[in-house]
Parts: sequence; C-alpha cells; structure tokens
Amino acid sequence: MSALAHRPLGGRILTKPVFILGFFVLLGAYFIARRFIFGLGDVSHMSNGYPLGVWVAIDVVVGTAFGCGGYAMALLIYIFNRNTYHPLMRPALLGGVFGYTLAGLAVMIDLGRYWNAFNLLMPWYAQLNSVIFEVALCVMAYTTVLWIEFWPVFLERMPPAFKQRFNLEKFQAFLKRYMFVFIGLGVLLPTMHQSSLGSVLLVMGSKLSPLWYTAWLPLLFLISALTMGYSVVLLESTLVSRAFRLPSESALLTPLSRIVAGLLALFLLIRFGALLAGGHLNLVFAGDRLSSLFLIETALFLAPLFILASPGGRGSQRWRFLAAVSLLAGGSLYRINAYLMAVDPGNGWVYFPSAPELMITVGVVCLEIMLYLFFIKTLPILHGSANQSHGRLL
Amino acid sequence: MSIDLSRRNFLRGAAAGAVTAVAAPVAEATPFGPREPKQLPPKAVGMLYDSTLCVGCKACVSACKQANGMPVEQPAHLAAWGEGTWDMAEDISGHTLNVIRVYQNGTMEQKDREKDGYAFVKRHCLHCVDPSCISVCPVSAMRKDPETGIVSHNPDACIGCRYCVYGCPFNVPQYQFDETFGQIAKCQFCNHLQKQGKLPACCDVCPTGASLFGLVTDLQAEAERRLAAKPGEMYTFARGKLGGDRPSHEAPLGEYQPHLYGEKESGGTQVRYLTGVPHEKLGLPALPDHSFAAVSEGMQHTLYKGMIAPLALLGGLVFLARRGVKSHHDEDPSS
Repeated sequence: MSALAHRPLGGRILTKPVFILGFFVLLGAYFIARRFIFGLGDVSHMSNGYPLGVWVAIDVVVGTAFGCGGYAMALLIYIFNRNTYHPLMRPALLGGVFGYTLAGLAVMIDLGRYWNAFNLLMPWYAQLNSVIFEVALCVMAYTTVLWIEFWPVFLERMPPAFKQRFNLEKFQAFLKRYMFVFIGLGVLLPTMHQSSLGSVLLVMGSKLSPLWYTAWLPLLFLISALTMGYSVVLLESTLVSRAFRLPSESALLTPLSRIVAGLLALFLLIRFGALLAGGHLNLVFAGDRLSSLFLIETALFLAPLFILASPGGRGSQRWRFLAAVSLLAGGSLYRINAYLMAVDPGNGWVYFPSAPELMITVGVVCLEIMLYLFFIKTLPILHGSANQSHGRLL
Repeated sequence: MSIDLSRRNFLRGAAAGAVTAVAAPVAEATPFGPREPKQLPPKAVGMLYDSTLCVGCKACVSACKQANGMPVEQPAHLAAWGEGTWDMAEDISGHTLNVIRVYQNGTMEQKDREKDGYAFVKRHCLHCVDPSCISVCPVSAMRKDPETGIVSHNPDACIGCRYCVYGCPFNVPQYQFDETFGQIAKCQFCNHLQKQGKLPACCDVCPTGASLFGLVTDLQAEAERRLAAKPGEMYTFARGKLGGDRPSHEAPLGEYQPHLYGEKESGGTQVRYLTGVPHEKLGLPALPDHSFAAVSEGMQHTLYKGMIAPLALLGGLVFLARRGVKSHHDEDPSS
C-alpha cells in the first residue's frame, strides 16, 4: 500500500448533483442580473427599516463563519503546533477560500453603489472609526491571503514544462520559504474581522434585543467563528470520507472535538454571564418570539456541548457528525438573529426575504459546493492512498 | 436529544450555578469604556419643532421636495385617490426627506391630547451631536460640519453598504431601493440654501413657526422658556428663524410634556421637539443619554489603539507559525 498523501480524487466532473447545483446557480444568476438592471428593490424585500437582508446575514456573516475552517485549523496546526492535524488543513483551507471569496461576491451584489466600492481602498476616504471599514479591509486582505496559502496546491498540479516556462519553481520556493508570514496573517486577520462582526452590532444599541446585545459581542462572535470553523472540519471530513470511501480521520477528530466542547462551554458561560450581569435573564423565559429564538439557539449549542464533552459521544462518528450539524445550526441562528431577527427598528417595520432574494443566496451556496467538488476532484487536496476507489456518490 | 422536565430543571440549575460563578467577573471586567462624548459645535444650527403649533398643512414637505428636487410620492394603495397630483408620502423615504405624521387615538376630539386626541409630528434628520451614521460609514460619506454641525452626505464617496440606515437610532438615512443606481437620501438641513443666506425650506414656509430655525443654544433657551411658562397663557411665537425679522404671532401656549426631546437623546441632537403627547407615541424612540457610536468606537479604540495590539499579535503569530512550519517540513513537504 502506498503512503498517504494529498491527491486529486479524480472521477467524472459533470455528475448529476453537479447539474442540480448548476441549475440553482443559473437561477441565482438570473436574479443577480435583475438586481443589477432594476435595482435592489426588484429582487429583495430589504427596506429602510431592515436595510440589511439575508445576503449580509447569511452569505457574509454566516458564510465567513463556515469559511473559518482554515482559520481554526491553522491556529491549531501552526500556532499551537499540533502537526497531527495536518491532513485536515487543505480541505479546511479550500472551504475558507470559497467561503470568503463568495462572501465577497455577495457583498458586491448587496452594495447599493458597488461602482464606488474601490473607495474603500482610497486613503482619503478611509474612516478609521468605522468597524465596517476594518471588516471590509480585513476580509479583502484575508481572501488574498487564503488564495496565497492555497497556491502551492495549484503549483503542485502544474506540468513541469509549464512551471519552467514561467519560472514558477522559483515562485514555489519563495512561497514555501515565506509561507509562515501568510500563516501568521491568516490567523490575525480572521481574529480581527470575526470579532469585529460582533463589534459592528455595538452601534445598534436599543435596536437590538438585550438577549443579544452585550459589550462581549466581539468575543462571542470570535468564539462562535472558531467553533463553527472546527465544526465545518468535523462535518467535511466525515462527509468526504464516507462519500469517497477515504480512511476515516477519527483519530484526529476525537481530540479535536474536545477543543470544540471547551470553546462552546466558554461561549455559553460568557453569554449567560453577560445576561445575568446585565439583569436580562428574565427575558430568556419571557415566552415571546425572541425568547423562543434564544432558547432554540441555546438548545442547539447545549446538544453538541453534551455530546462532545462525553468521551463516548466524541468517539462516535455519527454523534460527532450530529454535534457538528447542531453547532453549525446554532451558530448560524445566533448570527442571523443578532443581525436580523433580534433587530427591531420600530415603527412597525418587518422583514422576510423574498424568493428571488433567497434564490441568490441559494445560488451562491450551490456555486460554492460545485467549485469545492470540482477542486477536490482535480487538485491534490484530500489525503488518501493511491489505490483508493474513485468517488461514487458525488 | 430529548430533554424531559426534571432534566431541564437540572440543566437550568446547573447553568444558573455556572453562570453565577462567571457573572461577577464578567460584570466587573467590562471589556472597554465608551469613547469621550462629543460636544455641540460652537455655531451649531438647529430646529425647534413645536408639535402643538403644527397644523399639519405639510407646506414643509412640499417646500422640502422643491428645494431638494425630490419627486411626488404616492403609495400604491393611495394612487387612485390622488391621481398623481398630490404628494402622499407616509414616511421619509429615498424620495422624501421630511414628512408630517399624525397620531390618532379614539375619537380624536382634541389636538395634542394622548387619549381621544390627535397630534402631528415631523420626521427628518436630527443632526446628532455624536452621529452613528458617521461612525459606521467606512468611506467618510457622512460628514458633520465642524462649524454648523450639519450632517451631510456625499454620494460620490458612498458605496451603498447601508450601515448608516442600519445604525441610525432614528431610522433617518434612506436608501433608494427602487432605483437601479440608488443613493442614500437624508435631510441635510438645506445647507445649499443656508450657504446663500436663506433658511431651510421647511422652516422658511412654516406658517405657525412650528418648525423654527436658529442657533441650537438659542432654541434650547426658547424651548425652556416655553416649558417654564404656564399652559394656556398667551405667548409670542417667532416664525422662520428665532430672532429673525419675520412677524411673530400670538397664541395660547400648549400643554407640553415635560420632556424636551432631542436635547440628550443619543448623546444630544441639534433638533428639539416640544410635544403635547408623549414622544414614544409619536414615533420618537426612547434613547439613552449617550451615543451608541461612542460605545462602538470605545471598543475599537481600545482594541486597535495605535495598531499596537494587532501588530504585537501578528509578530507573535508569525514567530509561532515559523516554528510550526519548520518542525512540520520534515514530515510533510507541502505547506
């Protein structure tokens, strides 16, 4: 048996799931075209009461958290020096590349004056007090860093003649030599902007329910990004190893689950501690819409906490998988609630996304999955032996 | 996971115990303090809106549209009624910078009475002393004039991210969702007219002086005078501009709520509201005395002071990453 290494999975590109995903991508593209021709109001239900909709709340705020797999794993592997997790790094990184790149795409669809977007980079327009300014620059920089971190994968696949012609061997050596700088940046930048996604909401004040509004929002958003990042890795490696019959990464995922449980416990302690300190604990059991949302969130966090804190739970692939799904659902709900559902602008404003608006979000997510499948089939991303059977499910 | 009742009680108890253990440190260790509050600019101009003087004629709405080149607006459900001739904007929008709204209760017998009464209120930008829209804007499209304190908007800088709409405690900035190339619309206190020595259009046309222009400090004193005087007493009301040359008029003083809205809300504004009906009923939200912009900036300034913390963190991370990469190279040649 040959040694384990990063290998392209191979197999057919245009499979049935890809055609189904492609259909939703095209549908999304149609509505995106309408948005640019007829304006935001034509496809979305956003209003001046709820000026941010699902494109920001789901595609950007939740989407980048799903893309935090690369961040969370880089922190573990390179900063805490746990090299055993190395086989999980590339797939996690790829998730980050698409999570962030497509969040950027969603922002360009969402911006009301997208043709001015380059003003973000013009020093004379810079507004250093703006949290959004920091988030925008950090996300742009991090997306670049992610692609740079991912470059070696492309380089490995290029034919030697091509590499020679463009002197890419030298570039490859350069990347390898200074990759630690990009890894450092690749941990700093998400730490900054994921916490800042929480700071953004500090300005909302009384528009945001006290069940979500706390001075600890930045830390809560940072921890939720990390736990969601690790969950994506748990989920991804389970799905991929089953679908493509790769060796299970159980030996790695079990100890990783312990870390997730610890972070989750910290998250809940800060959250409830802040509620108690602020005297808002009574709102938890108020029985209204917001308290229900809060309780659903908490249940979705507690379930994975109990599963992953017990040795039996985190040792089982099935329970681990369920815990990751529950945590991702809880984390997503937390973010959507904080940005949309727990926000009350007053004066009777309501918001529910329109079908075209949702189809754009669905299209972006489908594009992400499609590209992910294409990349793992054609590039050396997953760990496996040379004589593995080819993918059959996807 | 199924959670039965006793288990839930147990969980609740356990959670409460754990929460009590961390609550004290969390409460004490507030992660940051708010930024210093901002001060009213020395020559700040503003408006005193006296709801008891307003007769709801909407001359201000019409004048505002004319002065700012805004079209007539008709909600779909009223379109057949006005036949395109009358402006019937129900609230401020991407095409309406100010609007008169009406409060109605019960039989609506008496003006400026909360029960069985009605009242008018004007909606437009309050030109905050410490504006959230300026704090959130990533490209400095919102600016506060250092002299007059007018909060203006520059569409050439604006990227349309709409965080000013999201963050404004009064829901004032409005994006034009119905336009292909929409922009943010907000009251800029007719600063183009003020530069020509004219009054803001709404104050200029107001027949009763319900919208009164002036220096904020003067308007504050005038509002306090009205609050201190006896309700029902005859009072001389200025028109157009406080201390201007327009003829004033005499009328009995309204029965005001004791709260002068706009003085302290959200760190203070340059508009003052005197109302006969509690301000919450008129869509003027109850807000704390500090601006949430100061809270948000306090956090940013603590974390990013001189970029020292991020740079130190980056240094540490790069150092650790270098060590990590080195020790990994023997095992795996790829990054």
